[in-house]
Formats: sequence, structure tokens, C-alpha cells
Amino acid sequence: MRRWLLVLLLIPCLAAAEEARPLAENPQAEARLKTLALELRCLVCQNQTLADSTAPLAEDLRREVREMIAKNMSDQEIRDFLVQRYGDFVLYRPPLKATTTFLWLGPFLLLVVGGVTLAVSLRRRAKTAPDPALSAEDHEAVAQLLSEGTKRS
Amino acid sequence: MKRFLLPLAIFVVVVGFLGIGLTLNPREVPSPLVGKPAPEFALPQLHEPQQMLSLQDLRGTVWLLNFWASWCGGCKEEHPVLMQLAKTGEVPIYGMDYKDRRDEGIAWLQRWGNPYLAIAVDESGRVGINYGVYGVPETYVIDKAGVIRYKQIGPLDESILDKKIMPLVRELQQQ
Repeated sequence: MRRWLLVLLLIPCLAAAEEARPLAENPQAEARLKTLALELRCLVCQNQTLADSTAPLAEDLRREVREMIAKNMSDQEIRDFLVQRYGDFVLYRPPLKATTTFLWLGPFLLLVVGGVTLAVSLRRRAKTAPDPALSAEDHEAVAQLLSEGTKRS
Repeated sequence: MKRFLLPLAIFVVVVGFLGIGLTLNPREVPSPLVGKPAPEFALPQLHEPQQMLSLQDLRGTVWLLNFWASWCGGCKEEHPVLMQLAKTGEVPIYGMDYKDRRDEGIAWLQRWGNPYLAIAVDESGRVGINYGVYGVPETYVIDKAGVIRYKQIGPLDESILDKKIMPLVRELQQQ
């Protein structure tokens, strides 16, 4: 019975698979579309790229980009086309502008502030921390504890 | 006590930013087209496909361009508001049937009522792309010179109409 079931499971393998058709007549153009689309945001499902999204608008925009590639437009021209219509929001890499300076420089600013704070507080701590004055007894106790530790292990 | 002041201050700032972030609507992406000439279009009309509706036909009037579709839930939601506005006759509303089937668009209007003076059909969604539409319904206020003055993303409601759109329309009509 079991064997027959296995044979049954294998039946679909007999269906001859056709060779996958190429995605486009021009694989070069398709590769360009892909690299471009990975940098563009789908506006319907905002956290997906134009390459990932299956939203109808994303499909339409891919079609537009494909046509622009066929018209031999440069990557910059294609991006400009989309920015003119949807704003900088379509770009996953927003341009450096007056409104985006904080976005671009903020992390570095935070890094500098954090570094300075760290340096200042470390220096202050080094000043305030009392010198540990250990007596001979303390040294002995430490040595004893350490030797006990090695014995146990 | 003093050592807690700085973390507390940072915490308050972060909460402030997050609080502002929560009140913003991520769907409302400011359109770069506001203040710019409305993109040209000339498309067949919904009810009379042999007749065209184009941007040039509407020069000299302040009008609303409403992108809608029979498959769109938000359009049903805003529809009574449009019907009400059409009844007052204060501003002409033109429709753009976006990526829709002609028969379904006509049936939808028959069922719920038609607030539009005329409707163009954007079957491929190209005009929508030129207008930066990314989710219907979207509504544009276009002035006498054909410049986009306002874009509403998502369904219209009475308060948006009363507070933003109608005051703007009246002001533009005066010009």
C-alpha cells in the first residue's frame, strides 16, 4: 500500500516541465530595471521596493520604467520622472537637501555627542574613583581565594 | 538626582518624536505637484467613449478632479460627500475612472448616483501616474490657469471639504 502511495506521489514528476521562458526579450534591460527598482519605493505598500511589490501600481510603474529604458533614458532621468510625480519619498536613498540634512548628518552628530559624553564621563570617573589601597592582608586573602579556585577546577 | 536628569531629558525628547510620529499619517505623502501645472490629458469619456475630455476643456474654471474606481472601497465612503457637493453646484467635479472596467464603472454610478459633470477613463493608469496617484480616491483642486492647488489623498469628508477645499475653491474663484 505504502509503495503504491509513493508511486502515486511520483506521478507529477512525469509531467514534462517546459523550459522557463525568459522574463523579457532583452535580459540587459530587465537587469537594469531590477537594479533601478530595488532603489525605488512602492507607494502602495510603503516598506517594499518597486522590485518586490505585487501591487498593481508597482506593476504599472515597472512597465513605465521598462518603457523608459527602451527609450534609452538614463537612470537619473528615470528617477527624476518618478520624483517629479511622487516626490523624494519614492527614493530609498533620499538626496541631501536642506530638509534632509538632519537625516543624513544626525547619526554622525549622535556619534560625536556620544563619544564626547563617554570621554568626559570616563575622565570624570577616573578623577573621582578612590585609589584602591590594599593591605598585605588583602593580598594574602586574594592569593588564597585564587589558589582555592584553581584547586576546585 | 542630577544624574537622572540627562536620561530623563533624552527619554522625553524620544517620546516627543515618537508621539509626533504616531499622529502623522504615513499615507499622506506630500505631492510635489501642488503648485505646478496639472499634467495634460485627453481621454475618452466614460459614457460617450467617442467624446474626449481633456485638461484644455477646463481652462478658466476652478474644478475638482476626482480619481475613483468601482473597485475602490474608499470611493464608496466619500461618495455621499461628493453627491452633496454636486448638489450645491459650487464647484464642478470631474471624474477620472482609474484602472476600471467601463461597464463596471457605469454600473457603479447608476447604482450610487453620479456627482460628476463628465468622467474620463484612465484605463492604463498612465494619467494616474502623471498625477502621482497611488491610491484612489484622490482629489485635486485645479485653478483657472490649470495649476494644481491642493491634493487630497484618500476619501474626502465634510470637515476637509469645509475647512480646506471649499475656502480654497472660493478664493480661487475670486481670482
